Amino acid sequence: MNNHLKELRAERQLTQAQLAEQLGVSRQTVVAIEKGKYDPSLPLAFRIARVFGLPIEQIFMED
Amino acid sequence: MKNQESAAVSRCSALAHSTRQLALWTGGWLATTALMTFGARHLWAGSEAFSLLSILLNLAVGAGMILAVVRHLRAQDEMERKLFLDAAAVTLGAGLVAGTAWQFYGKLAFVSLEPQISHLIMLMGLTFLLSLVVGHRRLQ
Repeated sequence: MNNHLKELRAERQLTQAQLAEQLGVSRQTVVAIEKGKYDPSLPLAFRIARVFGLPIEQIFMED
Repeated sequence: MKNQESAAVSRCSALAHSTRQLALWTGGWLATTALMTFGARHLWAGSEAFSLLSILLNLAVGAGMILAVVRHLRAQDEMERKLFLDAAAVTLGAGLVAGTAWQFYGKLAFVSLEPQISHLIMLMGLTFLLSLVVGHRRLQ
């Protein structure tokens, strides 16, 4: 699964650590999601969508 | 923002607390295992009552260690939990497969080495550590 997490985070000038704080996960988890090496669970994907104020499908897309 | 910061701090401190607890219980289990093994030989030679007590103590501390593992898992985030569980699955498989083969290897006539449970514990410990490191590296 691909995602626009890195671009969205950069747009909002958030560091990985700040985003991790907002999501309640470790920075390593944010890094792995951004690199597409880890696909988040549905609840975490919803939290990410809430942080950026976007629907999930605008953040995550199938390969 | 303050709420998010305090949530992050509380997540980190919960994880640090559960890690410390797990280390303490694991250390306690190792200590009671050593007591159970060597106590019967050097401290209370021949006293079965003390041996039975040491076994019961080891079981009780072992149960505490298992609960500490569960609490540690709950304190982790979902990716950390996945890595932990993947490593546990590999360890379980390796322990089952290698333990069975090792036991039968020890029964061969030309083999002088006697398979012991400590070999299995060492293998499982190393497998878990290695699996955890490989899992972390894969996601970085």
